Formats: sequence, C-alpha cells, structure tokens
Amino acid sequence: MLRKETNGEERRFDRDEEEDEEENDRGLDAWERTYADERSWESLQEDESGLLRPIDNKTLYHAQYRRRLRTATAARVQKGLIRYLYIVIDLSRAATETDYKPNRMVVVARQVEAFIREFFDQNPLSHIGLLTLKDGVSHCLTELGGSPESHIKALMGKLVCSGDASLQNGLDLVHSLLNQIPSYGHREVLILYSALSTCDPGDIMETIQKCKSSKIRCSVIGLSAELYICKYLCQETGGSYSVSLDESHLKELVLEHAPPPPAIAEFAIANLIKMGFPQRAAEGVISICSCHKEAKVGGGYTCPRCKARVCELPTECCICGLTLVSSPHLARSYHHLFPITPFDDVAPTVSSDPHKVPKNCFGCQQSLLAPGNLPGLSVACPKCKQHFCLDCDIYIHESLHNCPGCESFRHSKSQ
Amino acid sequence: MTPVASKIYTDDVSLLMVLIDTNPFFWNSINSTLSFSKFLSNVLAFLNSILLLNQLNQIVVIATGYNSCDYIFDSAASQNHNQRAENLLQKLEDFVHKDESLCRDDSVDGPGFSLLSGSLSMALCYIQKVFRSGPLHPRPRILCLHGSPDGPGQYVAIMNAIFSAQRSMVPIDSCIMGAQHSAFLQQASYITGGVYLKPQHLDGLFQYLSTVFATDLHSRSFLQLPKPVGVDFRASCFCHKNTIDMGYICSVCLSIFCKHHKKCSTCGSDFGQPQTQDSSTPDRKRKTSVDK
Repeated sequence: MLRKETNGEERRFDRDEEEDEEENDRGLDAWERTYADERSWESLQEDESGLLRPIDNKTLYHAQYRRRLRTATAARVQKGLIRYLYIVIDLSRAATETDYKPNRMVVVARQVEAFIREFFDQNPLSHIGLLTLKDGVSHCLTELGGSPESHIKALMGKLVCSGDASLQNGLDLVHSLLNQIPSYGHREVLILYSALSTCDPGDIMETIQKCKSSKIRCSVIGLSAELYICKYLCQETGGSYSVSLDESHLKELVLEHAPPPPAIAEFAIANLIKMGFPQRAAEGVISICSCHKEAKVGGGYTCPRCKARVCELPTECCICGLTLVSSPHLARSYHHLFPITPFDDVAPTVSSDPHKVPKNCFGCQQSLLAPGNLPGLSVACPKCKQHFCLDCDIYIHESLHNCPGCESFRHSKSQ
Repeated sequence: MTPVASKIYTDDVSLLMVLIDTNPFFWNSINSTLSFSKFLSNVLAFLNSILLLNQLNQIVVIATGYNSCDYIFDSAASQNHNQRAENLLQKLEDFVHKDESLCRDDSVDGPGFSLLSGSLSMALCYIQKVFRSGPLHPRPRILCLHGSPDGPGQYVAIMNAIFSAQRSMVPIDSCIMGAQHSAFLQQASYITGGVYLKPQHLDGLFQYLSTVFATDLHSRSFLQLPKPVGVDFRASCFCHKNTIDMGYICSVCLSIFCKHHKKCSTCGSDFGQPQTQDSSTPDRKRKTSVDK
C-alpha cells in the first residue's frame, strides 16, 4: 500500500534530482540535453535483411510487471468480494484545465467508464454509485446499482464544471448513503480530485473520523498535486492515495482499484446471503418482463421465488427483492480466492544449458531462444516445473489465472 | 518466412484450434458408439477441408489426454507447409503411448475425465501469441471434440479459461461425442458465443462438422446455426452437491449452501443472525411470511 501511495511522488522526485544535478554541471537546457546525452537514434539496430529491429522494451516491461506482481500476491490475504463503491468525480473549475487533452473532465469520464466495465467484470456481485462535486455541494449522479449501463449513460451525458470542490460535503453524502447497505458489504469510496483546495462548511477532521468509525475505505486519485488532507484521509481510513502524471498513468492508477482490495475482517460481518439461481426460459415463451413492463418473446430468466421474468443477470428481482445471479458470476471471483503462484525467473546459468531448458514455451510453443541461438529469458512454474516465455507469464497471471502446466498433468503437485 | 505484405488477410481467414479428446477409458467404454479410428478419419477429412477453404487458414491440433496434454499438429510450422492433415497421425500415436505410460491409477471407475482445462489453457496461450504477432492475423476460434464426462475438480480452471476467452473474443465451439451432455461446454459455448452440438448420428460426423463448424466467424452471421437449448446455470451446493435454485452464499468466500448454517465449512467464518428480509430494499418488498 505504501508503495502505491508514493509511486507518483517517487517518479517526480527522481526527475527533479536528475535535473538539478545536471543543470549544475553543464548549464544546458532540458531540450538540449535530450540531444547531447540521450542519443535515441543510437539504440536502433538492423537485422540480417536490413530491416529495423524494434527496440526491445520487453525486459523493462516484464521487470516492472513482476515487481507489481510480487507486491500484489505477497500473501494469501482475505479480500472483500462484495463491494459497495462510490466514485466521486470532481466537477469544479479545476476540471476544465487543459493539461489533459481535451480537458480533465472528459479524460476522467473516459477512464471512469473503462473502470466501471472492468469493475463489473471482476466483481459481478458488487455495486457502484456515482457522485459529483460542484459549486461547493455534492450531488448524486446515479444510485447504487449492479449493472454498468445506467452509470455509463449518466457519464456520457452532459457534464458541466463550475465552482469549488468540497471534500467534506462529498464525504458526508457518501457516509449517509453507505449507512443503508447490508452489513456484509465492504464500503469504499474512490475520489478523483482535480482541485487544489477544498471549500468546507465545517470541520473536515470530524467527518474523516466519522467515516473511519463507519469503516468506509476512502481512496483518492489526484490529478493536480499532492494534498495533505487527501493523504490524511487515506491514511486514516486505510485507503490508497496516488497522484497521476499523465493520461496513461491515470488509467493505470484507476484500474488498480478494480481488483478487490485486502479486507480488514472487522469491517464487514460475515453473513449468509440468500440468492436465487434462475433458469433461462426457452426460446419461444412470451411473458411480461418486470424491468421494462412490456411483453417480450423468448430469452430472459425466471425468479425462483416469485416467478417474475427478468431480462439480465445479476440483478435484484423487482417484485420480491431476491438477489439473482448465475453460477458463472460467482465463478468470476474464484480466481481471487485461489490465486496461482508467481513463476520464478530462470537463472542464466540454467538457461544456457540446452538439456535443462526446453526449446519452446509450454503454453504457446514460441521459441525460448533469442535470435542467433543464444539462451533467451524464460520463467518456470515452481509446481509443475514447465518453462514459459515472458509474454505467456504476463497473460497467465493477468487474465487466464490457470497455469497450463499444472492443469495439463493429472499427477502434478497441485492436484 | 514470407513478409506480411504479401499475405492478404481478408475477414474470412480463420485459425482453428482443435482439441481432440483421446481419453482411452472413454473411447473403449459403452458410452462411445463410434470407434476412435472412424472418429479420426472423419476429423482428418474435416481438417483437410478447412485447409482447402482458404490458403491462409491455419489449424493447430492439441490432444486432451487422460494424464497429460500436448500439441500434435501446427499447419503453419515450417516442416508442415503444404502438408495434409494426415501428418499428425504419427505424433498422435506417440502422444497416446506417452499418455498411457504416465498412468498411475491401477483401476478407474467408469470413463474418467480428461484434462480439458489444460488443453484450453494451452490453446488460449497460443491464440495470445497470434494476437501479439501484429495487426494482421487470422481470426481464432477453438473447437472441442469432447466425449469424456465433466470432472468437477476442473470447474474453477475451466471457468477461468472461459472468461479469458470471452475477454479476448474467442468463441469456443463444442461437439460432444459421448452419451451425455457436458454442462461445462454448454456454459463455455453460451458465454463465449460459440456453437454447442451433440450429434444424433455419429456415423455421419463429417457431415455435422463440415456444415456447422467449418465456416469462418464472419460468415456465421449469414447462417442459421444450432441454437443453445436450455443452458443450466444453476449452481450446486457445496454440502450435498445437489443442484439448487435458491441458496445461501457466504459473503467471505462465496461458497454456496442449501440451508442456513452457523459456520462456513470452507473459510470458517462465523455467521450473524439469519436475515429474513433484505435490509437494503425495505420499501420494495411485499410483506410476506418468513421465507426459507
């Protein structure tokens, strides 16, 4: 968590240091230094047929990915799988700044839309609501809901920026809304803050203590600069604070909140939730659907308790209030409960011995040798000992969540 | 390797990953009405016809065995260029012998299940490699020729593979050779937008394969393909393994139970009071008696 918090500042701090040193030494401007020191044209190479070889960022990218993976899967930590998340979007004057093209508000709306789709993909049983901060007050843009379409429609509508942002009003509104949710849910807030100040009617420290005692986990992503009050809020409530440098960094930071965070056991009471598993109706059946209130042919699902028809899952039955899910929705969260072990790097001494390392990646059959028959980089699964290429490693841990080697051998240690 | 500019990837070029079930316990049991050699001759004719449909079509065959899985044939590999699909037979025979030698169980009850999750994972890794090769590539899909019953221990791994295929927009088609339907493959085909088929007359397998599974993804929008019939999305409870349509879910580990317990048997969490009404929607609920 600490690493995530200081990631933004670390990158900026390094750049400042570097610039200070060199300015003292040579008195060159920054644009001159790009030509004098970093001769990017020298890193281009040609292969045998005269075509340009692409610059190899693979090892850098892979090292960065593995650092991230190690912090993420440090221990088998309990995660909060049923989340009630409010996203607070700052629509104050500061959101009209054009340092993000075309302006901050449009970029934030775009990233929040991508985040909402990814969130429901990874947490199908959770709910999201949207709030805005504008003119010193905070409004509810959409209510807590389990389906992405209504939120995305509201985001894509006309959004106007004006006035100041008030962090306290936003937190007060979130606090009153999150008090109504069931006790087994994890309460979270994600604030996307562009302003450099907050315009509050009372004592914000009291509000922060109120949120802390209600067990709401608040995280902030800043777009302009680091603010002490945001840092204090996140530290008190156990969330994470980061400041984004540019649009791609903002995307990375926002998507980091999609997988479920480590849960603090006292925050949510474990409970048995009653849920229904409806069957899909046959193709030719005509019935009146309870969400659109009109007759529909075929498709749809029947609530097992009250037999009303609903159009899509997961949802809450409009008539009897039973939560309706299908077994794949539950299965989407199982990879958080059974994560696969990170693969180990294969040491260069081992990879240079042709008998110990197979020629091809076990997953995709790509050659593990670098051009010229030199030993290339590979990783190995600690359980089944199969070798994989770096790209398969990233795909397996980020998307697939199955080790092909462990799944392909009946008597491997994992079975 | 020919440079990319000379290949013209129109939208009807496909990459077909075929997962062949070689479980010997299934092929020798009464559940199978087709012999393995007849099955192979139908499949080889089908694979050759795919290669003839378009010069750039590519086929990769992975064998799903009882103890292991492996790549058998890749039509794009340099030694297989312009070769017919019969060239896979030697490698398939080697695989079957190796699979048999890995067998550690002395006796197996019934047909046993084959390692579908392993071959699905390998197929998806190969497809990711194709996606990485650049902006021009054939459109991939997976065809499972499966007969063994579903192994319940593979549920989580197969669902992970299905969701990953859904995200990469790779359809998983299935053709069932055995006597009973496969719930896992029905869900796979439904979720990824593929075709699920259980042929009634296995003697005419080639006809089913060439009319249903041979067309490329672009042309599927013009065809009437077999529609999914009653996909069962109900869950099974962890205590009795019965299929239930209403149950209780542990909020910590998402285990499913058919009746109220004091403690979760999977994660050990103690539960609070049984909730008879949802506290989140008090105004929308009708006042009914205590539900069970």
